[in-house]
Amino acid sequence: MDLHSLDYGPIWLTLQLATVTMMILLIIGTPIAWWLANTCSKIRVGIEAVVALPLVLPPTVLGFYLLIMLGPNGWIGGPVQTLTGSPLSFTFTGLVFASTLYSLPFVVPLQSNFESIGKAPIETASSLGASKWDAFFSVILPLSRRGYLTATVLGFAHTLGEFGVVLMVGGNIPGKTKVISIEIYDRVEVMEYAQAHILSAGLLLFSFLILVMVYSINKKLPVNVS
Amino acid sequence: MTIKKSKWCDLMYGLISVFFLIQAPIALAEQIRVAVASNFIFPIKELSKEFENTTGNKVLVISGSTGKLYAQIHQGAPFEVFLAADSNRPELLEKEGIGVPGSRFTYAVGRLVMWSADPKFATKFGLHVLGQKNFRYLAIANPKTAPYGKATEQVLRKTGYWKKIQSRLVRGENISQTLQFVVTGNAQIGFISLSQLSSSRELLGGTSWLVPLSLHEPIQQQAILLKRANSSQVAREFLKFLKSKKGQKIIKNYGYYVEQF
Repeated sequence: MDLHSLDYGPIWLTLQLATVTMMILLIIGTPIAWWLANTCSKIRVGIEAVVALPLVLPPTVLGFYLLIMLGPNGWIGGPVQTLTGSPLSFTFTGLVFASTLYSLPFVVPLQSNFESIGKAPIETASSLGASKWDAFFSVILPLSRRGYLTATVLGFAHTLGEFGVVLMVGGNIPGKTKVISIEIYDRVEVMEYAQAHILSAGLLLFSFLILVMVYSINKKLPVNVS
Repeated sequence: MTIKKSKWCDLMYGLISVFFLIQAPIALAEQIRVAVASNFIFPIKELSKEFENTTGNKVLVISGSTGKLYAQIHQGAPFEVFLAADSNRPELLEKEGIGVPGSRFTYAVGRLVMWSADPKFATKFGLHVLGQKNFRYLAIANPKTAPYGKATEQVLRKTGYWKKIQSRLVRGENISQTLQFVVTGNAQIGFISLSQLSSSRELLGGTSWLVPLSLHEPIQQQAILLKRANSSQVAREFLKFLKSKKGQKIIKNYGYYVEQF
């Protein structure tokens, strides 16, 4: 196997995509999970279902709708085009958008973490004079380490392995939308099995290692409130 | 208890006989599985319908990219006939002893068209529209995996647009996805097959330009009988039908160039 003929572009791009997606997921996933954990609203089950949809839908459904929505005639791509001059399809930003939707179900389970912590710690913190934000960052966040670790790693790993959606909205542009999974697909297609093997085995090993890491760290962390 | 059991047996026996009764007429006709490159999906539907009507045999169509189907055949996929979008893959199968020697022939020659769904991109005036700045993306089939993509690359290289257009290229996994990019408005111009355009002309609209055959190597779409179907009379008959005047006429109607007629 020839390591020199390997193009590192898709690997680097995939890592960037997974990192950016994971950060956005934590930023938007936290308030969603927090709201779901604390609300008595009637639309709660609806929101829960929407968030979990990418788990059960085939990526082709998401890919098809995203292709239409992110394009210049779509209701997301259209306004973006008038603002920036370019629609979201075939762009890195478009992939980040798609991946965020796609991996959201792996981060929102933070909800059960927040539920198990309950309201007591935050109420205690408030009674001691902490602001809501302060209470969240200095009480809830440390108590949720385990949940955050799992959410972060799973969100990241799931984005690494994304294929169907990217295939449909990416357009296979080197350096912008050609991620590892697409590269592997192309290599298999043209019978360059050696390169396909290197990339596939690499991804397999990498995914295995981060999962082992998260499970072993999780074992050492407290389950929740002691 | 015993009564119950015998009732069960009766029921099962009945169901099994019904099952075989339904199966009986179908069992007389033979079924062949034909692996088809995705650009040929429309003509194959009409061809297999015609073949089914005249012979009573069934044709099951499996479509995909030529590369993927080739890999599947290599791994022992249960297909009798392979209709590729190029000549390389059937040649390889013949050499590797997976295809039946001497059964290979060109069933269609593909034509490329440059097409835009929106007439304002004026693709009918030819390749120089690619020099304009009024469009964001040009969709082509991936030259590495799709024969139509390879031909497109040859056209763009020969005419000097290849380097200039790089930043605006998006690549479809196959010719169907390339069309999809333009239909959904994500790409403004695309190089697709004439067969796609002619099978849904009214639906697609827009303007197009037929790429002259002199600008790229011919897209020879070849068929081959697979070894596992060596003894299948129906599979051979189907290939004969593709070659026949009737078959070639249908293929021509879908926008392919055919050699014999």
